[in-house]
Amino acid sequence: MLRVKCLFFAAYREILGTEELELRLPRGSRLAELVELVRSQPGAEALPASLVAAVNYEYALADTVLADGDEVAFIPPVAGG
Amino acid sequence: MYCVITAEPIDALEIMRRVRSDADGAVVLFAGVVRDHDAGRPVAGLRYEAYGAMAARKLTDICQSALSQFEVSDIAVAHRVGDLAVGEISVAIAVAAPHRDAAYQASREVIERLKREVPIWKRERYVDGEEAWLEGTVIHPPESS
Repeated sequence: MLRVKCLFFAAYREILGTEELELRLPRGSRLAELVELVRSQPGAEALPASLVAAVNYEYALADTVLADGDEVAFIPPVAGG
Repeated sequence: MYCVITAEPIDALEIMRRVRSDADGAVVLFAGVVRDHDAGRPVAGLRYEAYGAMAARKLTDICQSALSQFEVSDIAVAHRVGDLAVGEISVAIAVAAPHRDAAYQASREVIERLKREVPIWKRERYVDGEEAWLEGTVIHPPESS
């Protein structure tokens, strides 16, 4: 198994009621599988149909292979400036 | 180069002093400030939230790319997080260059990319007491990675 630290910001944090979750997945799992796991969390049905994530501070595609200890942040549409 | 996410009030002149040198004939200083309305609705203030570690990295990437794309000498950016009142500076960008054209172009490039790519969010507090996260720009990972 691999352990991944998931971070949720802004509206996503409010939807899930937490800013951080540690989730476990089989070795070799991809970002898409982690997204499905996040969608199984309580309250997650209110998340949008499309989620953008960053793995270790870089925006990542769904087929990105995850490693033990990765930090995966779910990034709502951005509004800086 | 200087790129920070800060909870402290931004001193725009201090950001400008970080980039100016005697070889530069121009410094463009851009400040984004909190305005008192949005889409016709009176706004009392804003709260900015950032994914700090990634936001600072993304800002650094953006400034590095602007430094290589334009004939500019140095760039400094500070973006505020936390609760801001109307009139406070949310972001300051200073660009120093030998000539003004490149400084204006680089300044524009940095603010436009910041708004599209840097993980920062904005919650509006309205005069009527309601609050809401502002609709943002959806990231497109293949373009941004």
